[in-house]
Amino acid sequence: MTQIQSEYNFAYLDEQTKRMIRRAILKAVAIPGYQVPFAGREMPMPYGWGTGGVQVTAAVLAPQDILKVIDQGSDDTTNAVSIRQFFAKTANVVTTEKTTEATIIQTRHRIPETPLNEDQILVYQVPIPEPLRFLEPREVETRKMHALEEYGLMHVKLYEDISRHGHIATTYAYPAKVDGRYVMDPSPIPKFDNPKMNMCPALQLFGAGREKRIYAIPPYTQVTSLDFEDYPFEIQKWEENCALCGAEDTFLDEVILDDQGNRMFVCSDSDYCNDRQAQGHRGEANREDEMEAAQ
Amino acid sequence: MIGSHDVLLNVENLTMMYGARVGCEEVSFDLWPGEVLGIVGESGSGKSTLLRCISGQVAPTHGAINYKTRANGVRDLFTGMSEPERRFLMRTDWAFVHQNPRDGLRMSVSAGANIGERLMAVGQRHYGNIRATAQDWLGKVEIADERLDDLPSTFSGGMQQRLQIARNLVTSPRLVFMDEPTGGLDVSVQAKLLDLLRGLVQDLGLSVVIVTHDLAVARLLSHRLMVMQQGRVVESGLTDQVLDDPQHPYTQLLVSSILQA
Amino acid sequence: MSEMLNVENVAKSFTLHTQGALTIPVFEKINFSLQAGECIALTGASGAGKSTFMRMIYANYICNEGRINIRHNDGWLDMVGATPHEVLDVRRHTLGYVSQFLRVIPRVATLDIVAEPLIATGVAKETAIEKAKTLLTRLRIPHHLWSLSPLTFSGGEQQRVNIARGFAVEYPIMLLDEPTASLDADNRRTVLDFIEEAKAMGSAVLGIFHDQEARDAVCTGTFDVTQYQV
Repeated sequence: MTQIQSEYNFAYLDEQTKRMIRRAILKAVAIPGYQVPFAGREMPMPYGWGTGGVQVTAAVLAPQDILKVIDQGSDDTTNAVSIRQFFAKTANVVTTEKTTEATIIQTRHRIPETPLNEDQILVYQVPIPEPLRFLEPREVETRKMHALEEYGLMHVKLYEDISRHGHIATTYAYPAKVDGRYVMDPSPIPKFDNPKMNMCPALQLFGAGREKRIYAIPPYTQVTSLDFEDYPFEIQKWEENCALCGAEDTFLDEVILDDQGNRMFVCSDSDYCNDRQAQGHRGEANREDEMEAAQ
Repeated sequence: MIGSHDVLLNVENLTMMYGARVGCEEVSFDLWPGEVLGIVGESGSGKSTLLRCISGQVAPTHGAINYKTRANGVRDLFTGMSEPERRFLMRTDWAFVHQNPRDGLRMSVSAGANIGERLMAVGQRHYGNIRATAQDWLGKVEIADERLDDLPSTFSGGMQQRLQIARNLVTSPRLVFMDEPTGGLDVSVQAKLLDLLRGLVQDLGLSVVIVTHDLAVARLLSHRLMVMQQGRVVESGLTDQVLDDPQHPYTQLLVSSILQA
Repeated sequence: MSEMLNVENVAKSFTLHTQGALTIPVFEKINFSLQAGECIALTGASGAGKSTFMRMIYANYICNEGRINIRHNDGWLDMVGATPHEVLDVRRHTLGYVSQFLRVIPRVATLDIVAEPLIATGVAKETAIEKAKTLLTRLRIPHHLWSLSPLTFSGGEQQRVNIARGFAVEYPIMLLDEPTASLDADNRRTVLDFIEEAKAMGSAVLGIFHDQEARDAVCTGTFDVTQYQV
């Protein structure tokens, strides 16, 4: 086992590459929300599987770190399991499913429900880093628009949402302004998670592998979701509570139970949900189980 | 109506070279508030190059383009203004109407969003107000209310051109550049657009530089004309004077080449 | 009587570059004066240059020599040397011109076309429209045509719209190129009334009239351009 590991440099990437990525990260932290180009490497996984996030994680990972990887809030989906195994194998770091134990959390499409702390780094996997791309395909032009803070176009997209749907229908990758300056695409997290980015004690890093961009939100930075005065930013709400832990304020996934139309809603953050159940919280589905067990 | 004697735009000895080839050469003119200046000449005469320079899209090789800004006095477009200032001017105080509406519209968003874009660009953040203004402008360019949420791609060529005009004029610009605005439209649609343009120019007191090769359009819209040939202005003056008593051989050729319907 | 228009030693020729730079001299050393309240008829055979002279005064044609002084804004302005902006200002406030042809943007309503010159002088739109209605009524343009473009009208109707537009503003100096041509007796009478009213208000009128009857009715004198022909 040890011999196989020794064939890899720590965390797979060579030291020069990691230094290069760290320099990009430092610049990104210094200019919150600004997309820093970096010389992204080929990783042993296809684009779209988190190559950007993996390179950022590799660059910030230290031997004593405890790594957690989530995909849509869950620790046990293919993508999450693969990346966790990748670092366990190439960096020999301890991995965990507990948000509170982790020092680095790599995520695809969610921010954990448990509030993060100053000793943690959240690494996002980003498919398309450019929020202006939707209406302005020219890269030269979008860079200029960022440089000159010309962000009217972002509101054109939101305007279009309201005129088509009667409300701002953008639910994922909801654009936000960082530190009152750069507008960024927070990767496809649900807009439910947008408020968690604001004044977050943890360092947040974003890595886009295909487009070779890194950007960052330093700890305790203001992050404002764009909106209109008469259509203020709102997060998603559910009429249901989590069927397993009964939580009323989490992001819920819909689970189809059978072909009769039965379904239930459960926390998307599986670690958070398990924790609550362990503490004795019960949702509708669990209560029925207990009642059956009691009978 | 020409309002005050303060020159809005002053161009001096403007020359644009593309390598060794001349785009336009030693062009000078003044544009007054409320005045419509027509630039005529055949393809390749330098009209469009001149328009691109004076509208701030490309820096001339040499020469001055002085614009009387609302707040900061007279400034040269390129030597006296930073790029952000110039771009701000271009989307607030100025307008540019392209010959092909597809070059001036965002085809992937609704008519309302197209009109509202400039408002949002200058910081308006009230959806209801933006939408109401867009609706109002749609009416001003004679497009039916119920088309507000439709994509421009579902509009006819004439409607697209009128939408482009609304999108440009919504921030009440003072200076409008037009590049063959009636080109590519059916004659009946052209007439409607000409009527609309003239009404807007009068009602809003716009200053306009209009490039066209259609002398009839130039006659109906512009106060003064500049005739260009091979990059140079060969004749300029009152529109009716230039067209009815042309002095330069090239102008005489242009005028005598018009087909009578 | 005060002088409104003074033409001094004016010369005009056309150079046709498309025909081997052929130069056609038209006039030499025209001297002419027009007083307030006068109506002078330009005379001379067809082709003598009556319309050309009128267009020179309006600065539609360029003069090669001489001065055309116009009393404008309590002073004199030479139309030959004037800048385009000065000429436009003179045309807006001082010098009216009724040509033989109506040249308008298609689709614009007759009423708006007639009111437009008045609005351009700064008069309120409602007032200008009222004046336009009065003029169109007097010239017997049927009410139901007012909202239509005159380009769909008969030649006689177009000419009357043109006259209404020309008389919308009470210009101190008026140039009339065959205002009564192709009009029936009633409308010719109305146009002559317009001219009399303009004279009474102190306007100086210079006209080209083909029919002797009209000329005799309103003109206080004649000016034969033939004598200055080259």
